Amino acid sequence: MNIVEVEHLKVWDTHTNQAIVHDSSFTVRQGSCMAIVGESGSGKSVTCRALMRLNKPNMRQSGKMLFQGTDLNQLSEKEMRRRRGKQLCMILQQGMSAFDPSCMIGVHIRETLQTHYHWNTRELERRMRLAMESVMLRNPMDILNKYPHQLSGGMLQRIMIALALVLEPDLIIADEPTTALDTISQYEVLEQLIQLRERMGCSMIFISHDLGVVRKIADDVMVMKDGKIVEQGNMQSVLQEPTHAYTRYLVSTRLELSNHFKALMQEGS
Amino acid sequence: MLTVEQVEKSYVQGGLFSKHRQQVLKKVTLECRHGECLGIIGESGSGKSTLGRLMLGLESPDRGAIRLEGKDVKDRRVRMGRISAVFQNYTSSINPFLTVQDAIMEPMKALQKSAQGQQVHAKVDMLLTQVGLDSSYRTKYPHELSGGEAQRVCIARAVSTEPQYLVLDEAVSSLDVSVQIQVLQLLRSLKSLYKMSYVFITHDIQAAAYICDRFVFFREGQIEETVSVDRLKHVQSDYAQQLLSHLISL
Amino acid sequence: MRLFKNLSRDKLAVTSLAVIVVTLVLGICAPLVAPHDPGAVNMKLRYASPSWPYLLGNDHLGRCVLSRLIYGIRPSVLWVLAALGFSVLIGAAAGFAAGYFKGKVDAWLMRICDIMLSFPGYVMTLAVVGILGAGLENILIAFVCMKWAWFARVIRTSVMQFADMDYVKFAKASGIPSCTIITRHIIPATFADIAVISSGAMCSMMLQVSGLSFLGLGIQAPHAEWGMMLNEAREVMFSRPELMLAPGLAIVVMVSAFNFLSDALQVALDPKLMTSTGKPDKSLEREVRKATYEYSRG
Repeated sequence: MNIVEVEHLKVWDTHTNQAIVHDSSFTVRQGSCMAIVGESGSGKSVTCRALMRLNKPNMRQSGKMLFQGTDLNQLSEKEMRRRRGKQLCMILQQGMSAFDPSCMIGVHIRETLQTHYHWNTRELERRMRLAMESVMLRNPMDILNKYPHQLSGGMLQRIMIALALVLEPDLIIADEPTTALDTISQYEVLEQLIQLRERMGCSMIFISHDLGVVRKIADDVMVMKDGKIVEQGNMQSVLQEPTHAYTRYLVSTRLELSNHFKALMQEGS
Repeated sequence: MLTVEQVEKSYVQGGLFSKHRQQVLKKVTLECRHGECLGIIGESGSGKSTLGRLMLGLESPDRGAIRLEGKDVKDRRVRMGRISAVFQNYTSSINPFLTVQDAIMEPMKALQKSAQGQQVHAKVDMLLTQVGLDSSYRTKYPHELSGGEAQRVCIARAVSTEPQYLVLDEAVSSLDVSVQIQVLQLLRSLKSLYKMSYVFITHDIQAAAYICDRFVFFREGQIEETVSVDRLKHVQSDYAQQLLSHLISL
Repeated sequence: MRLFKNLSRDKLAVTSLAVIVVTLVLGICAPLVAPHDPGAVNMKLRYASPSWPYLLGNDHLGRCVLSRLIYGIRPSVLWVLAALGFSVLIGAAAGFAAGYFKGKVDAWLMRICDIMLSFPGYVMTLAVVGILGAGLENILIAFVCMKWAWFARVIRTSVMQFADMDYVKFAKASGIPSCTIITRHIIPATFADIAVISSGAMCSMMLQVSGLSFLGLGIQAPHAEWGMMLNEAREVMFSRPELMLAPGLAIVVMVSAFNFLSDALQVALDPKLMTSTGKPDKSLEREVRKATYEYSRG
């Protein structure tokens, strides 16, 4: 069963009349994680924002985007908004700009949860506290009373994951969530995302330019270059036996770095 | 030799009524020898970027000093032509009003006021070729360049005066992984070409391991451990071992 | 120059620039251009309607309105421009020093600015006029004394944004001297902001000078000045409204021209619109236009 079926998705900029995404078609299986891999400017974020219909107003899109059987392109803005957050949740790259800098994290979270669920404040806090403790955030109440600039990138990412835990969406779109983090935070956030999937059984679309991260979390992989999908399939087969030259290039450059490091660590041991 | 001698640095935070001093660097001592690439590895908030800024004379330490061949690095004449830098954010590293040629020529012009005309053009073309860009890039503006290209221009600019030391502050962290390896290879080749020494500040050990000879693990303003690249697998400190075990590789 | 090429794409900007340049030239060459002596009193032609020798008619003393309008360019526009120039120079010097060097220099300069800005503008002008006496020079001295602090503040904010940029850090790290950095990097970057706020401030200064002359505190009779001409026409406002039209329209046209030029400059000086081929990027232009916003008119 496919939770997302995209057919002939085209996204173009009306100002320059340039196509950003050319005729993309892909599916995401229920309960699986699809990774979209590519370099900057390949159209991966634009594709996912098109799925959420959150692109800039000068970008138009066409094609069929079936989410649980409903074509998202045909829905009205009001119906789309009802689905966003509750069924389609997005985790963004920069935690600092994902939250309103002028109000505390707790305010932002309360607003989001109250839009979709009709819980009272105490119930809300209880659920948030449970979720934040499960993503290894100590003193959840303290954190909810802080401003975004007082928290580190890793913590903000974990708060977004906790919010996703409480919202219980059917599809999570994670847009390069670990790119802006350093080594330890990256590892921990990735662990949290894997656990999130196991616990909730939700489907995920994971965008990244790092194949190492993709290997840890993804089941299927889609490689994009200049707005076109050049290769897609099962993660193991794409990474170990890539058919397209571009995929081979991405894999070889990533391996160069890893292999050099592994060789260093194994020398003489 | 670039030496950091017992450097301390703190910042005052807080408002009118509740100030407190945050110690960012606590008695740091290290050295970068001629021809070596020193990797400073630490997470965000560890003070490594502050150390980088102190090495470039952008701020002064509260105590201690950083010396290049015995002379304090705070004096700008000591730094001119001897130390250069490449920063993380390539979009804001080049003045958007300048073309690539103007940007690369800037440190050269400051060093030798008499360099002009054909000489400079030839030098810029040579630098562009060395970093893997062709001469059509001379007249481009920064917003027309991709991430990898912009960072290459920054590197060309930094090596234009053939400095002895190059401070690379998270120079490859903002690039796509496939571009990172190309830039690292470029840095390797330039190092042997110009016989420079690098101070490579980063949180990514894999990238650092590609070009560094020696590692300094930094945490909360202090050096946890110093290790050379061939002894990397035998790190002793808990922190370094924690970092190594958290690596994600393909 | 790139600036003029960018501006030439905006028809309104070109028109405004043309209007301003023509007016400035007319003002400078007033003795050569004006058809009659602005002070020539001719009581037989009191309130005469427009005729061929006197294209805009005559005022209450029979003087040629057109000539007075042309001679009035000098106090209303040229002198104000000069005062603006002085203010901006002093303000920019203070702003650059405070924004680039920060620390103690910044603290001291900003406290002085705070003191100057705590005096309400009009009240201070009236106080200075009261001490030194009425007259255009005194008003302009008062303006320069008050306005420089406002420019210093705004320019300092602009400078601080750019002084934190990585390319300035690189220049500092490379050992380039501070003066060179300020000249090569900070001034071109803040030039756009300075041009925009100056042209905006020009409008308000022109209106203030005309306003104070209207009240009789500015230039004294028999010299021509647009605000004063409005005052003189006030008495016959209902019987001969056309006498208010000429100076009134002149003020409106000049102020609007500076306003439009200010908006156009903000877009034309944006570095994102520069390309190596010299051809503009239309999509970016539209985005930049949307992002323009009004600076407070001080």
